[in-house]
Amino acid sequence: MSATDQIRTAVLSRIRGALGVTGREPARKAVVEIRLAYHPRGTIPARARGNQKGLIDLMTAVLNSQGAEVSRAGTAADAVRVIAEDLSAHGLPSALRMGGDPLLAALPWDGAPALQRRIGRAEPMDRAALSRAIVAAAETGTLFLVSGADNPTTLAFLPEAHFILVDARDIVGSYEDAFDRLRALYGEGKLPRTVNLISGPSRTADIEQTIVAGAHGPKRLHVVILG
Amino acid sequence: MTTEAAEKRPHVGLFVTCLVDFFRPSVGFAAIKLLEDAGATVVVPESQTCCGQPAYNSGDRADAEAIARAVIETFERFDYVVAPSGSCAGMLKLHYTSLLADDPVFAERAGALAAKSYELTSFLVEVLGRDKVDARFPSSVTYHDSCSSLRELKIHDAPRRLLKSVDGLDLTEMEETEVCCGFGGAFSVKYPDIANAIVEAKVRNIAKSGAACLLAGDLGCLLHIAGKLSRDGSGVECRHVAEVLAGMTEAPAISQARKAG
Amino acid sequence: MTEASPQDFKSNAARALADAKLQRALINVKRGFIVKRATAKAKLPEFGQLRDEARAIKDNTLAHLDLYLEAYERKVVESGGKVHFAPTAADAREIVLRLCQDAGARLVTKGKSMVSEEIGLNAHLEAAGIEVAETDLGEHIIQIRGEAPSHIIAPVIHLNKEDIAEDFVRTHRGLAPERPLGTVPDLVAEARAVLREKFIAADVGITGANLLIAETGSSVIVTNEGNGDLTATLPEVHIVVASIEKIVPTLEDACTVLRLLARSGTGQEITTYTTFATGPARAGDPDGPRAYHVVLLDNGRSEMLGGDFRAMLRCIRCGACLNHCPVYGTIGGHAYGSLYPGPMGAVLTPALYGIEQARDLPNASSFCGRCEEVCPMAIPLPSLMRKWRERDFELGDPPLIQRLVLRLWAFTAKRPRLYRALGGALAPLLASLAGDRGQLSALPFGRDWTRTRDLPAPQGKTFHTLYQRQKRSGES
Repeated sequence: MSATDQIRTAVLSRIRGALGVTGREPARKAVVEIRLAYHPRGTIPARARGNQKGLIDLMTAVLNSQGAEVSRAGTAADAVRVIAEDLSAHGLPSALRMGGDPLLAALPWDGAPALQRRIGRAEPMDRAALSRAIVAAAETGTLFLVSGADNPTTLAFLPEAHFILVDARDIVGSYEDAFDRLRALYGEGKLPRTVNLISGPSRTADIEQTIVAGAHGPKRLHVVILG
Repeated sequence: MTTEAAEKRPHVGLFVTCLVDFFRPSVGFAAIKLLEDAGATVVVPESQTCCGQPAYNSGDRADAEAIARAVIETFERFDYVVAPSGSCAGMLKLHYTSLLADDPVFAERAGALAAKSYELTSFLVEVLGRDKVDARFPSSVTYHDSCSSLRELKIHDAPRRLLKSVDGLDLTEMEETEVCCGFGGAFSVKYPDIANAIVEAKVRNIAKSGAACLLAGDLGCLLHIAGKLSRDGSGVECRHVAEVLAGMTEAPAISQARKAG
Repeated sequence: MTEASPQDFKSNAARALADAKLQRALINVKRGFIVKRATAKAKLPEFGQLRDEARAIKDNTLAHLDLYLEAYERKVVESGGKVHFAPTAADAREIVLRLCQDAGARLVTKGKSMVSEEIGLNAHLEAAGIEVAETDLGEHIIQIRGEAPSHIIAPVIHLNKEDIAEDFVRTHRGLAPERPLGTVPDLVAEARAVLREKFIAADVGITGANLLIAETGSSVIVTNEGNGDLTATLPEVHIVVASIEKIVPTLEDACTVLRLLARSGTGQEITTYTTFATGPARAGDPDGPRAYHVVLLDNGRSEMLGGDFRAMLRCIRCGACLNHCPVYGTIGGHAYGSLYPGPMGAVLTPALYGIEQARDLPNASSFCGRCEEVCPMAIPLPSLMRKWRERDFELGDPPLIQRLVLRLWAFTAKRPRLYRALGGALAPLLASLAGDRGQLSALPFGRDWTRTRDLPAPQGKTFHTLYQRQKRSGES
C-alpha cells in the first residue's frame, strides 16, 4: 500500500472506529446506496409550486429585489433589441462576448448591426457578456449556468455587465426541478465542470455592512426572459 | 368544603426556589395566594432547598444528580409541582430527565415529575384555566421574559394574559423582550463585565419603554436588573409578577429603600 | 497573524468592552443580521420543516460518514479529480504545498475558507516562497492587516471605512496617494482592480467548501462577491480544502441545506453565487482548471464523531449563533482568541484544541439558548457547552475559590436543616447590613457583582422561617 493509501485507510479506520462499524455491514451500505440512487426530495416550498405565469412573476420580483434587472422579450428580435439598448443606455461599447451556444447564435443579430459579437471565453478587456441559462429556479430568482464551450464560465464573472438569456419554458419552480433537468442532460450522478447558480449581480457588504455591487464579478446583471 | 370537594382540588407542592426563600419571601406567599384563589390546595414541603441548577450549570453533575433525586423524592407525591420561576421549573421539567436518564431507579420518576412540573403563570392559565385575577395595580408596566420561560418552556402569553386583567395596569412591551438580561446564574459573577454590558442594554430598553415598573417571572433576572437600575439611580420599580397578580404589593419593590418611619 | 489565544479571554473581553468603536460596530451586526434573518424566516413558511429535515440529513450522513466519503471520492475520481486525505492540520498544509510546488506556483488566490485558516495554510505557503492573495474582500483586508477575522462570515465587522482606507493606502502600492478612498464604493472599486490582477495571474486557486456532495463528487461554495468563482475558474489548478463533515449525500440534500444557510446567516434568500464544481475542465471546455484536487481534513472530527460532541459536526458555519448571542454581541469575535468564536466556537474550539486551552469559552455563557433556537441544524449548543463544563470540572480546572464555593453550596443544599439554619441566619444579616437602603452597593467577597451593580437586599427573614411561623400560629 502506498503512503497516501495508508493515510486514506487510517482516516477511514478512525471514522469507522468512532462509529463502531467495520464498513462492511450490508444494512449500512444499503442505506447509502439507496439514498444516492433514489435521491429523495425533502420539502419543496409552496412558493416553488405555481403555474408558469406565477413562477415567472416570482422570478422577476426576486431578481429585482436582489439587484438584477429583468426584461421580458416576446420575440428573439426583442431580446436583441433589449441587449443593444442596455449597452447604449449604460455607455458601454457596442460589443458583446458570448460562447458558442447555438440558441444565442441563432438570435437575429442583424437587428443590431453595430453590435460586435466576440465568441469564446471572456478576456479581461471584455466589458459585457451574454450567457444562456440552461434552467432557472423561480423560488429565489436563480439562474443555472453550466460550463462548456456554449457558455464559458468566465463570461459570468469577468465583464462588468452580464446578460443572461433564459427561455420562459426553462423556468421551473424549485432547485430540485432544475437539477432534474441537469440529470436529464448529463446523466445520473454527473455534472459538468461548473454549475453556477446566479441570483443577482456581484456584491459585498463586508465594509460597514454597506452593500456595494461589483465586488469582483459583474456590477450589473440583466436577465432577459425570452417567450 | 366537603372532603369530596377538597379531594377534587388539585394538590400542589410549591417549589419555593432558593432565591425566593432567601431574598424575597413575599413572592412565595403571593404564589400560594394565587394558587389557592384558583382552587388548588398548596403544600410547602419543608425539606426542599434548591433545584440544583448551580451545580448542574457548573459541570458538577454528581451533586446535581443528588439534588435532583432529593427533589423528586420530596415532590413526586403531589398532583403538581409549581415554581414561581421559569428557570427552576425548566430544571424540573426538562433537565432532570436528561440528568437521570441512566439512573435505573430514578429515570422514570424524573419523567413523571417532569410531566407535572410547571412555572406559576403558565400553570394558572393552562392547567387551572384562569385568565384573570382579582387585583389592582395602577401603573405602567413592562414585562421581561426570562430565557428559560421563553425558550425552554415556551411561555409568553400566560403572564401577559393575567397582567391584562389587573385593574389599572397598563402593559407596554419593550423592545428585545426576548434578549437575555445577563444574569445566567453564576455567569453574572464569573464574567461580571460581560453580564454588566448585557444588562445595560436591557436597562436601556426598559427606559425606552417608558414603563414605571418592570415585572418578570424569575427572581434571578429581577435581582440582576434591579441591581443595575438601582446603581443607575433609576426610579423604575421591579417586582415579581406573582406579587402584582396576587395584589400583594405593599412590600417595598426589589432593591427599593424602605420609607423611614 | 495575531497571537490571540482563548486563554486570554478575560483580558481580551475587557478590552473589547472598553472599545467604543467595536461596540458601535457590534450594534450593526445585531440590527442587520438579526432582523434580516427574522424577515427571511417569516417569508418561508416551510423553514421549520426544512430545519428538521436538514438535521436528519446531517445525522444520517454522520452515521454513515465512512461510506459517503468513499462514494464521494469515487465520484471525484470519475470526474477527473483527485482526493487527498489529511489526518491533521500539518498533513493538510503539506499536501497543499506539494500540489502548489508540483504546479510550479508562484501566486495562489484564495476564496474564503475557515478550514484553510485552521490548518495555517497561508503562512506555510508563504514560508515556501509562494505569494498568497486572499480575494474575499473582508479576508483581503485582514490579510493586509495581519489580523484574524472577527466573525465567521463577516470578517471585518469590527472595522470602519477609515481604517480600511488607511490599510489600502499603506498596502496597495503604485497608486496615486490622493486617489478618492472616502466612500465604501471607492474602497470596493480599488479592491476590485487590485485583486483582479491577482485573479488573472494566479497559478493555483484554493477554495473551501460549504458542502461536498457524494452523489456527484461536487464541492459547493456560496459567495456574494464572485471571488470564489474567479479563484476556482481562472488558474490551471483548483484545490478545495474541506473538513470531512461537509459531506451531504445528494443534490436534493444540498438544496435543503442551501435553503437554510443564507437565510440563517445573513437573511438573504440565497447568496448571489452558489457554485457546484465537479472535477477539472472537460474536453472542449474553453475555461476552467486543468486539475482539480480535494484535500479532506480530519483534524479532530473523527474523534468528535465517536463522542459527546457529534452534534457539533452538523454545523454549516452560517454564523446565526454568533449574530444572536448576547455575549458575542458585547465582546465581538477577537475576544475569543479562536478562529471559531461565539457559541459554535465555544463548543468547537475545545474539541479541536483541548478544553484546557479554552476553558473560558464554554463558561462565558448565560445559557440564554438563543443560539440553539436559531441554529438551522438544531445543534443543542448550551447542552454541549455544559458538557465541556462537566469535563472541565472533572479535570479540577475551575479556580479553587469557585470550586470551594460550589462544593459548599452543594453540601448545604443536600442537607435541608443545615440549609435552613444558614439561610435563616444569613438573610437577616444581609438585610440589616442594607438597613433601610434596600440594597447593598458593597459587600465583602461580592466585588464581582457590586463593582457594577447593586445587590438587592433580602427582605429579612427567609420564606421558610416565615411560613413555619405562620403554620405554627395556625394562620393558613
